[in-house]
Amino acid sequence: MIGLEPVATPGAPLARRNPVAKLAAGLVFSFLLVASLDPVAPAVAIAMELALLPLFGIRYRVLARRALPLLAGAVGILVTLMLFAADRSGRVLWEAGPLLVTSGVLVTALGLVLRMLAVALPGVIVFATTDPTDLADALVQNAKAPARFAIGALAAFRLVPLLGQEWQMLTMARRARGVDAGRNPLARLRLFAATAFALLVGAIRRGTRLAVAMDARGFDAGTPRTVARRQVFRPADWLLVAGAAALAGSALAVSVALGTFRPLIG
Amino acid sequence: MQHTTTNRWRTIDIVVAAVIAVAFGVIFWAWGLVWKAADPVFAAAPASQAVMYGVWLVPAVLGGLVIRKPGAALFCEAVAATVSALLGAEWGGITIVQGLIQGLGAELAFAAFRYRAYRLPVAVLAGAMTGLSAALFDFFVWNAKYALVSYRLPYAALTVLSAAVVAGVGGWYLTRALAETGVLDRFPAARDRTLV
Amino acid sequence: MAGVRLAGFGWRHAGRRAWAVRGVDLRIDHGERVLLLGPSGAGKSTLLAALAGLLPADSGEQEGTVEIDGLDPAKARERVGTVFQDPQSQLVMARCGDDVAFGLENRGVPGDEIWPRVDEALRRVGFPYHRDRPTAALSGGEQQRLALAGVLALRPGLLLLDEPTANLDPAGADLVRTAVAGALDPDTTLVLVEHRVADALPLVDRVVVLAPGGGVRADGTPEAVFAAHGAALAAEGVWVPGHPTVTRRAAGPPGAELLTADRLGLPPRLAPTDLAVRAGEALAVLGPNGAGKSTLALLLGGLLRPGAGRLTATAALAGGDTRTPPHRWRAPALAGRIGSVFQDPEHQFVTRTVRDELALGPRRTGRPEPSVRATVDELLERLRLTRLAGANPYTLSGGEARRLSVATALATAPRLLICDEPTFGQDRRTWGELVDLLADLRDAGHGVVTVTHDGDFVAALADRAVTLRPARKQP
Ligand SMILES: Nc1ncnc2c1ncn2[C@@H]1O[C@H](COP(=O)(O)OP(=O)(O)OP(=O)(O)O)[C@@H](O)[C@H]1O
Ligand SMILES: Nc1ncnc2c1ncn2[C@@H]1O[C@H](COP(=O)(O)OP(=O)(O)OP(=O)(O)O)[C@@H](O)[C@H]1O
Ligand SMILES: [Mg+2]
Ligand SMILES: [Mg+2]
Repeated sequence: MIGLEPVATPGAPLARRNPVAKLAAGLVFSFLLVASLDPVAPAVAIAMELALLPLFGIRYRVLARRALPLLAGAVGILVTLMLFAADRSGRVLWEAGPLLVTSGVLVTALGLVLRMLAVALPGVIVFATTDPTDLADALVQNAKAPARFAIGALAAFRLVPLLGQEWQMLTMARRARGVDAGRNPLARLRLFAATAFALLVGAIRRGTRLAVAMDARGFDAGTPRTVARRQVFRPADWLLVAGAAALAGSALAVSVALGTFRPLIG
Repeated sequence: MQHTTTNRWRTIDIVVAAVIAVAFGVIFWAWGLVWKAADPVFAAAPASQAVMYGVWLVPAVLGGLVIRKPGAALFCEAVAATVSALLGAEWGGITIVQGLIQGLGAELAFAAFRYRAYRLPVAVLAGAMTGLSAALFDFFVWNAKYALVSYRLPYAALTVLSAAVVAGVGGWYLTRALAETGVLDRFPAARDRTLV
Repeated sequence: MAGVRLAGFGWRHAGRRAWAVRGVDLRIDHGERVLLLGPSGAGKSTLLAALAGLLPADSGEQEGTVEIDGLDPAKARERVGTVFQDPQSQLVMARCGDDVAFGLENRGVPGDEIWPRVDEALRRVGFPYHRDRPTAALSGGEQQRLALAGVLALRPGLLLLDEPTANLDPAGADLVRTAVAGALDPDTTLVLVEHRVADALPLVDRVVVLAPGGGVRADGTPEAVFAAHGAALAAEGVWVPGHPTVTRRAAGPPGAELLTADRLGLPPRLAPTDLAVRAGEALAVLGPNGAGKSTLALLLGGLLRPGAGRLTATAALAGGDTRTPPHRWRAPALAGRIGSVFQDPEHQFVTRTVRDELALGPRRTGRPEPSVRATVDELLERLRLTRLAGANPYTLSGGEARRLSVATALATAPRLLICDEPTFGQDRRTWGELVDLLADLRDAGHGVVTVTHDGDFVAALADRAVTLRPARKQP
């Protein structure tokens, strides 16, 4: 079901970096690459990402499983482009009704698919190697995020696996009382909506109680909070962010040098 | 019952806003399963996918309507996006930025009424505005290479429409239904209910 | 150190006409250990919440005053530590150690003092795991102990405990009580809510009994209170030690088999189990926390798909439907045959009022409306819920919610009734009514399966008991 544990070896040199640094590095890397529409820059970037993977302690097989939905998205891009590409220049390769595949379409599709992968992978890597508690701690201590909001969100996040179980319980409770949908798709949709609503109600009720329990332990008492788990932002963390920018920049530079660069705007 | 009208967030505001976001993370996950089961029905036209776009924007409007404090819409949508990123959503870190941008739309709508008005038209406006900010992001960042007239424009228009209906109207009715269950008793959104 | 003063205190929850507590005058001095008693719905949990400063002004209406050391409780939270009945909703962090540290961070305890205090608190409650263990991987009893550690680490002057051992197996309950006893020093004031008086007596030196209509019914040392009011209190629902409870043995031999479990299991939650459930027999399922009792109850109830082995229904239960296993029956058919009472009553509620909750099952099984109404009214009356017919099920007190959940399962008059911990957190009166209700069902030829940690209940009702062992022990 829903996995919450980090899937990487914890001791890996880059996985150990400050969560805020990892997040910033991932965002910088993604943002630079979003700016390009050609296949070359993202291809170079993906190569870099894959090469760095062992430093994050992620095994290729695990990444493949996490990235599987991305591949489904890639197929979607290809189909949509065959129907709706803006640029249909180049040699016609295949045509059937509204479907038109030209060499121009293929290049665009390749560019978009690679770009999507290159932009998404850093996020997958960051979150696969980051524990939510550490992220909240680092956001408060190193990025000056307001502590009440970060910790409140973290406490709510702990409910995720519980909500999964709750969904199961709600379904069973209805069944025990004689409520099911059988094979009727409309009844199924109604039952789904009713269960989702009940889940939301239950979640808010839990949230209310959790807030009370947090206040009972002095959460909002106005006393300045101390921290039990120190997160430090070291020079190596700055280096990680700078490195990400440099790598993404060099991927773009390769593309510019080869004359293939096509910026998003312009 | 009197409700304090300060803009300071109570613990319960923070936690419930975050819980709404988290619950939507789980609901999205289950919705994905239902969606796959219903796939054949919608296979005909990919742009029609935008019709369901509104579902992803509900937390922004709902958060604003329930919490009624500055930043609620933004916080809810951003946390929902972070949660889906933590759960291994396919778009990774970009989702967080996208969530912030989407939340901003609804936030601006509520701010325009100085966080005083929460009636249906305001909710619809908030829905449409999140839809608009989401559509703009997609228009320039993801859909840049598609045909303008036959794809990008209808996709954007459908996104805004879907957001106004699903997130706006839907979010408003959802808030009312939630208030009726009594879970919002400690929020201004709760109506006076009959005594038992 | 902390003392408590209540003067004419009353609280009415938002949305209710009746006062949950009213007219309470009470004074508790530093270092006293008080057991707070009263029948179900008397307002014990509400009073405890008031002492903890957790009744916000926007959630109801207050009368009179409550003070902790002369302060408004909301301002005295630093001195108070509370363990609620449901441990699940009071754990805040994902790792056990972090959760204990949470309160210390909020109080501004310097960073380098936090971990030693965390370790000490965990040691005092006998917590068996490392502090890095995920809180999600704890059983109910372990969660309860962790919640206690989180409170003890704060060294509160006033310790408030609301049924801290409900849902624990006898060994786990002993451990929690020992932990509480060990944590009490002469400076700590204790207010404990616990229905099972005999278990709580070693921890307290004073008993306060709330009257359901308002005010304090009795107050004094346990000996004095029970000597003066023992019989009257027992009749009102207080578990006065030494007052015998009803015993209802089966009148005749059991009837036909209803369900047979053949190596039935669901790894890793439940190891393969053989079992036969008969009509006219009350079967008790026992076992430590985490042994898989609730899992077995859900499997027998046709709500979970077995992961191993088989569950077969006989013609006596299923009529012509004996070929399909219960988990594949259509829901209306299932509800007419097997009724399930979940361990957590709140998991069971699907409608918005107590009345609708009771009417749902009979309506779904196709009963005509007048007969549905008659059934509902009778059950409301019998389980003393008539006053609450329009209330939202989630606002009921612990005992009221439990009675409602049993009533919902009874409403469809199923041939087989499966109850998961039906008696936890019940006052003596409700307890007796539940025993009678289930015994009547059994004597009318229905099958009754109860999962329970309650030895008295087994002694009073069960004709046969099976004990489950944990599926596998994890290090
Ligand atoms: N959140 C709430 N909203 C409305 N009514 C409530 C709420 N909580 C409790 N009540 C009502 O207040 C009354 C007292 O409830 P309380 O939980 O204090 O009882 P209790 O003495 O702890 O009972 P039990 O032994 O069954 O736990 C009950 O009638 C209950 O229905
Ligand atoms: N939905 C679930 N998913 C995964 N594991 C579960 C689930 N529910 C329970 N478990 C695990 O299965 C085991 C058996 O759980 P179960 O609730 O059946 O025990 P139990 O005997 O009823 O315990 P208790 O006396 O505490 O109620 C436990 O180790 C528990 O952690
Ligand atoms: Mg109670
Ligand atoms: Mg159980």
